[in-house]
Parts: sequence; C-alpha cells; structure tokens
Amino acid sequence: MPLDQNSKRDFKVIGKRVLRPDGIDKVTGKAMYGADMTAPGMLVGRILRSPHAHARIVSIDTSAAEALKGVKAIVINADLANPEDEFFADIRDNCLAREKVLYDGHAVAAVAAVDKATAKSALRLIKVKYEVLPHVTDVDEAMKADAPVVQEGRADESAPAGSSQNVTSHFEFGHGDLDAGFAKADKIIERSFKTAATHQGYIEPHACLASLGSDGRGELWCCTQGQYNVRTICSEVCGIEASQLRVTASEIGGGFGGKTTCFIEPVALALSRKSGKPVKLVMTREEVFRATGPTVSSSTDVKIGMTSNGRITAAQAKLRYQGGAFPCGTVEFGAQAAFAAYDLEAVQTLGWNVMTNRPKEAAYRAPGAPMAIFAVESVVDELCQELGLDPLETRLKNAARKGTLSSYGPTFNDIGLVATLEAAKAHPHYTAPLGENQGRGLSCGFWFNFGGNTCVSLNINPDGTVGVVEGNPDIGGSRASISMMAAEELGIPYEKVRTVITDTNSLGFNDVTDGSRVTFAVGLATIKAARAAIDNMCERVANIWGIDRDAVEWVDGAAQPAGPNAGSHPPMSLAEIAAVADQTGGPIAGHHEVNADGAGVSFGVHLCDTEVDPETGATKILRYTVFQDAGRAVHPDYVEGQMQGGSVQGIGWALNEEYIYGDDGRLQNAGFLDYRVPVASDLPPIETVILEIPNPGHPYGVRGVGETSIVPPLAAIANAVSRAAGVRMTELPISPPKLLKAMSERG
Amino acid sequence: MRYVKPENLKDASALIGGEEGISRILAGGTDVLVQLKAEMVEPDLIVDVKHLDGMREIVAEDGGYRIGAAVSGAELGEHTGVKALWPGVVEAMELIGSTQVQGRATMVGNLCNGSPAADSVPAMVAADAVARIHGLAGERDIPVLDIPTGPGRTSLAKGDIITSVFLPARPDHASDAYLRFIPRTEMDIAVASAGVSLELDADGTCRAARVALGAVAPTVVLVEAAGAALVGTKLDDAAIAAMVQAAEATCNPISDKRGTVEYRTKTAGVLAKRATLIAYARAGGQK
Repeated sequence: MPLDQNSKRDFKVIGKRVLRPDGIDKVTGKAMYGADMTAPGMLVGRILRSPHAHARIVSIDTSAAEALKGVKAIVINADLANPEDEFFADIRDNCLAREKVLYDGHAVAAVAAVDKATAKSALRLIKVKYEVLPHVTDVDEAMKADAPVVQEGRADESAPAGSSQNVTSHFEFGHGDLDAGFAKADKIIERSFKTAATHQGYIEPHACLASLGSDGRGELWCCTQGQYNVRTICSEVCGIEASQLRVTASEIGGGFGGKTTCFIEPVALALSRKSGKPVKLVMTREEVFRATGPTVSSSTDVKIGMTSNGRITAAQAKLRYQGGAFPCGTVEFGAQAAFAAYDLEAVQTLGWNVMTNRPKEAAYRAPGAPMAIFAVESVVDELCQELGLDPLETRLKNAARKGTLSSYGPTFNDIGLVATLEAAKAHPHYTAPLGENQGRGLSCGFWFNFGGNTCVSLNINPDGTVGVVEGNPDIGGSRASISMMAAEELGIPYEKVRTVITDTNSLGFNDVTDGSRVTFAVGLATIKAARAAIDNMCERVANIWGIDRDAVEWVDGAAQPAGPNAGSHPPMSLAEIAAVADQTGGPIAGHHEVNADGAGVSFGVHLCDTEVDPETGATKILRYTVFQDAGRAVHPDYVEGQMQGGSVQGIGWALNEEYIYGDDGRLQNAGFLDYRVPVASDLPPIETVILEIPNPGHPYGVRGVGETSIVPPLAAIANAVSRAAGVRMTELPISPPKLLKAMSERG
Repeated sequence: MRYVKPENLKDASALIGGEEGISRILAGGTDVLVQLKAEMVEPDLIVDVKHLDGMREIVAEDGGYRIGAAVSGAELGEHTGVKALWPGVVEAMELIGSTQVQGRATMVGNLCNGSPAADSVPAMVAADAVARIHGLAGERDIPVLDIPTGPGRTSLAKGDIITSVFLPARPDHASDAYLRFIPRTEMDIAVASAGVSLELDADGTCRAARVALGAVAPTVVLVEAAGAALVGTKLDDAAIAAMVQAAEATCNPISDKRGTVEYRTKTAGVLAKRATLIAYARAGGQK
C-alpha cells in the first residue's frame, strides 16, 4: 500500500503525544498479566528440569509422584503429539525433552497438583535416570570435527561437508571481486570478535492458564507476543484443531522477541487434558534464564580494506552463531545486515549456524544483527583511527543510499542513513570536548523490518465512537498508535477510539508481533479498514441525500457534498451517520485483511561517550545520543521509548550481560543478581533525535522502529571504550576484569 | 514451618535454642525471605525479633552509639549523630540493596548472613564495632570481627541472638570510609571492598588505622599490616603503596563469575587506597 500522495498533509492526531490507553491500569496494578488469571478448580503446574548439560534419558519413573496425594497429572514428552514439521517437533522437544536432555534446565517432566507445595514435592519424587554425555557450549568448540554432537542428522544441504554435525546450515551473500578490492586498499584490518549470549530480560516471566476438556475444546490465557502463533504451535504439539483452541493474550510485561515461541503452553494444555482441570503454569526467574530464549552467542572474523582517504574497497565477514540445542537460522540475518549501511563494490558475508548444549535460541530484537554490526563497525572505527580519518565523515563517504545495491541483494529505495549521519554530524554531541580516560564511539545500525499477515476490524458504534479490533499484543504502545491512525483517518478525536486486542476465535489470522511490524502493518490495515467504513458511510449519506456516491466526500469526520452537482446539504458527522445506521442498512464496520509488504528498512546512528577507570576497568556511560529514521513518528513518546530501550539493552549487552557456563556446562548466573542488566543509575539520559524520511510503502510513511535501536550500541560502546582505554576491545561484554586486563597488557 | 513472635529475648533464645530443625531469626528479612522464595532453605521455625525492646532504637552510649538489631539502613542513614561519627559505616550500610530493601535491611542481619562480601561488615570491623549477644546463658559482647567464620557461617551458638551493635566514641581528627566495587552502580554484591578507619594527630599524622577488606577471603579480614603501614605517616605515596601492598598480600579470594583472583586482589588494593584517602580527608587531613 503506497505512501499517500498527500502525505505531507497536516496531520491532526499523528505526531501528538496523546495519553496511553493502558497507563492507568498498569500503574494501579489493575492490568491482567499472564499469571493474573484464575479458574475454578485450578491446579498448579511445575516443571522438572535437567541438571545436566547433555545426557541420555534412560528412564523416567513417575510412579511415586503419581501416588502422592494431591497430584492430578504428570506429563512427559510422550504425552505430546507428533507433528510432521521439524519446526514444531523441535518446539515440542524443547518443551519436554525426548530421548536426550540437551542443556542445563531442559524440561523433562511436568506435574499438576492441588497446590504449589504438593507440586514441588511431586517433582522430587520423579526419578529420572540419566546417562551423562560430553557437552559443548562454545560456538568455535562446537564446530570442531571431534566436538560432542548435540543432535545427529540435523544439518541441511547447505552445511559444508566435513564439518561437525553441529553445523546445521550455511549462508553466503555479497557481490563484486574481493581480491581486486583488497588490492586497491591502502590499509587492511582483519580482526576476530566474540559476543556472549544475552537474554531478552523481560520483567514478566512466562505464564499461562490452560484448560483442555474431554470435549477437545481448549481455552488458553497466556503472556505472548502472538496468540495466533501460540495457537498454531499448541495445535501441532498437542494435536488439537485450531478452531477448538481459543488463545487469549494477556497484557505483556516485555517480550523483545523472546515471547514469539512457546515454552510452557503445550505442557499446561497436556496437564489440563490429563487431569481434566484448568492448570496454571508460571515460570520462576531462574527457569526463564535457564530454559527460555537467550539470543545467539557469536564468533566473527571481519576483514575490511580502505583507501587512505577513507573509501572502503572490499569487505568480508565470517560469522559463526550458536543458537543452542536446536537448528536455528539466525546467522542469515547477521550475514545480511553486517554491511547494510555501506555502498560497496566488493563485499562478501559467510555465515554458519551451530548447535551447542545451551537453551534453544529465541528471537531477540533485530535477531542476529547487533553482533554482526559490532564486528564490522569496530573494524571501520579502527581503520579510521589508523588512517587518521573522521569516523562520521568516513561513514558518510561510504554510506548506502537510494539506488545502492545492498550487500544482501536488494537495491535500496528511499532510506534515511545519510540524513541520519548528517543529523549526528550537526549535533553538538559530536563535537563536545572529552576529558582524560574518555572516548567517543559511533556506530551505524540497520534492520530490515517486516509487514506480514494482518487482519483488522473497525466498528462504528451507534453513539459515534469507534472500536478497533486487532490481533497483535501491544508490546510497544501499538494500541495508542492504532487508535491514532484510526482517528486521523476518520477525522474524529483520538479519545473516541478504543483499540482492543482480541482472541484467536474473534478475528482472522495475524502474524506474531515481531519484525517491528505492528505499527506499520496493523496501522496500514487500520487505515484501510477506516477507509472502507468511510466509503460505506458516504454511500449511506449519498442515499439519504439522493445523490451519487461520487458526489459525497469525507472531510474532517463528516460526509459533505462534493462537486458542482451535489446540491446543498449540511455535512453529516460520523456520529450523526452512526445514530441513524439502523435506518440506512444496519451496523457500520470496515475491515481489512492483508499480507503487508513494503515495511521499509530502518537505519540508526548512535553516538556514545564513555569514561574508563584505569585502576578498576569500570566503564561509565557519560552521554548517549540516538539518531533514527522513523519514517513517520505516529506517537513520538513511544518512538523515543523504543530508541532509548534498545540503547539500554545494548549497553547491558556491551558491558555486563552474559550467559556464564561452568566447565560442567551448567548456567552459573540464572538470576538478575549476576545477569546484570543495567539499572537506572548506570545510565545517562538517552537523548533522541527522530528523523522522518517517509516509507514509500505506508500511507502515512510509517517505518517500524522497535528493533533498529539495539543494533548500533554494541559497536558504539566498544568503539568509545576502545578509544578511551587505548586498546581495541573485541570481546563482549567488556566487563571490568576484561578491560583491566586488556589495559594492563597494553602497557 | 512455624512463625513465632516471642514476647521477650529470653523466650526468643529459648525457642531457637530448643528447635531441632532449621531455624531462622527474622529482623529485616531481606536475606531470609529471599532465601525462602528462592527455595534455598525451608526453615522449620522463624522467630521474629524486630518488635522486641531496643531492637529498633539507636541510643547514644559512652560517646558512641548502640544500634538495635532491627534498625534499618534507611533509619541509620537519617541519623545525623551516627553519620557524623561513623560516616563510613553508614555509607556501607546504605549501599545494600535498593531503596525498598533499605527500608528493611539491617546491619546485624548483614553480619549474621555470614557473607564475606557483606557491605556493612568491613566498615564495622574497621570501626572495631562490638556485637551484643543474648544467648541461652545471658548477655555477652563480642567484637564484630570475631562473628563471621566462613561463607554463611558464624561463631554464634544455638540460641544466640545479636541484639545490637556498638560503635565506639571517637577522638577529634578521626573518621572512616567504605568503598566497594560492583560492575554496575547499585543493587549488586561486592566483588571486592574496603573499610578504613583513621585517627590523626592535629598535624595530620596518622595515629591509628584499621583497614578491613571484604570479598577477598572466606571472611571479612582485618589487615593489621595495612593499618600499621599508615601509622606515623601523613599518607605519603610510600605509605600508601606499603598499605596497598599489605592489603594485596592478605587477599585470598576465589575466582568465580563475579571476578578472578587477580582482579579481586588488584581491586581490593585500589579500594583500600581510595577509602584511606577519603577517610583521611574526612578526618581533616590535608594532602
């Protein structure tokens, strides 16, 4: 759906900072999250987890647990269905292990009991006999030919011959003659980088309430980024027809991609089916860390050649990502995104996906991109240092723009990278003085964005208010933005519109809330639905006035005569039309269904100042500014919130967050004490500069903004720290012991 | 699990002394409740003591202060008298947990938890604080230094309840300071820490010094050689270097997810130096 011709119109609602509709419920505790639903006769579910990183399950004896008073059901993998598709079979085997446990914390069995204490006692009575196997948790180790094999026979045809079976797929992108390009370079830098696995860190643990009766009809209330996705997965994994399982999404306390799959919902349904009672299953924080989706950890080699005046002549990246105990595809995104910010004659990216004995990777905000860009932007920064070049000018000199053949194939349309770089250059932050032990870092970032399957209904209520019904959980303020777009299109006040997120049986299929797609795609469908309703209302008014439909136009929330032959009629407002709807054909509604494309890629530039303590290796973030192209900022508060939130997650990733495994393959820091997300006092105010380069694929020019903001921080901070410390930091997180060691070895 | 709120200390001691299973004393509860929730421990008996006489009081005594076992960090932080006399002890206590935790957390609880990384303990040890204990055989006083015996372990006997901590009087030109290192700015556990208490002559010469380190050994340690290196000096570079060397030499830490032996040792020395300089300035020393 193209950008409106009159996209430069004066918006009345779009761009305003209106009140968020969920604010009062959330601050007063009224909002219903995943664990807040109860049902009569409800049982408590708990999950038994593997203490081993890798072991064969010899036997599971549940008899003693079943005999315990108050225990109503115990399920293991065999209680789940047999989906043909490997994608669903993997989710099943992650929800409850089959034959082998593949990582520390892997679920083995689950129990439903009358209360928590009984459920806990029952877990202790389940006897699992394990045959412990050798394990591997590091990506480079897992690729070695003699590494313990996590799962046999999972590599696809792209995996290179002769490598470990842990290597499941391989990707390659690029164009041009690399050798010729490197030959033209005055300086070539080649370096290797590593990043640790990080968790999405959402505040709300996974939680659900499941009821699956003997009539085969199911009800599921859960915290998710996509109720339709949950329905699809649970239908496959539990063997239920989609129409028989109604899934309702609760309010969501953060997702960041980590709630785009299932960990407990099929288990709760299986327990409910077996016990005949509703079952509530709520993860502890420890379970969230041990068994839900961190992102991949990575090992990357980057080689870039540059002329002495700052033109990149050739660039290559080799990316190795481990995505835990099941095949994943994440390296493809990293390999595509790595050099997206650059206009290059010769570029190549190679990627390998690798299995290890770690939890199954789940999507995390721009999955795969931050670690790739960290490596690339670090080398670009070092080239600028070595050649005495300004890092911003150098990026401008090489920046991708409209018409650039991107490193991953497509040719870019209107993109905002150059404008974003220019905004950073013009900002006072870029030229502010720095003190001793301080350094400034810069990085570009990129994300593809996504559209996808979307379905919206818009109902004109008899009192002249409007209800929008959509099917994507609101993780970033989408209800406000969608109400705003409906109000804008209909020409009525924002306060007259309420948007609700409905269950899977009340609206057609919607893709999961991912790819920064909701404000773009649901917004687009909402605008179309509003236009359908407007068309319907104009038709009715034309009938009332006895004129042609073409002689009625919609202006400022009312139908009015248009053109010389329309005659003279006072305008009829939406409320007036709604009030007589019963006499003009019945209820008025508009709806729209689409598989939206044209999401429009998004670029951002981050500037960061850090100070390092040469005696302790501690890093302080002094100043942080985000420049990002939002296409059109529907609700600027939320756009800024996304820009700030992604930056903060990136700061944590760069400095402290990491999955720490012992030699025994067990996770050592399954809690917020030792998995260190930033606290408020760690952070300066994150300044934001929103640019609006309209997306040609949306009527108002909207681009997704949720993910791009986590892409640049890793490199921006690493570059700032490397400059402040006088030593190039190539491994994340740059924790104080690591930095102090690097500084002491620098001499 | 039984929860009991006894009427007096005697009953409290008797309850705990007579319990055959696992018992816990509840004052602030910021360790006990977290351990319960994390399923680290399932006590058979919890004895609440925070309502007992004197537990919530800060009382001036012999030029110093007696601080009840249930006095919270927030209450201590608002007490101008204690802050003026022992600013290092107060700042150590105030570093524990979040604002919410500060409303409950107590210095005595921090001591009894037995963690080598407990923030208030090096500061109390540097201050030569004394714990008053009510046990089955009545009351006795024991230096704070002698309470911890290893990670999670103390010298307290069954039935012992620490009822207060006494911070002694100070001469003129005396002060203290506490610093810890954590990878973020709050709500964390010390990777290494240092509490330093100094007494100066009027001309700024150090007359007495106590340097205590946290998180670098199985218990908080008093580094007598580090203190001795400062005595008789005006904290010139050589004295500081000798103090740091003595501090580092005492370190016997472990390598774990929070820090390596090498890192903890180096950082403990840095913190001891910085805390010494802060205490010196607070005591009126000029450098």
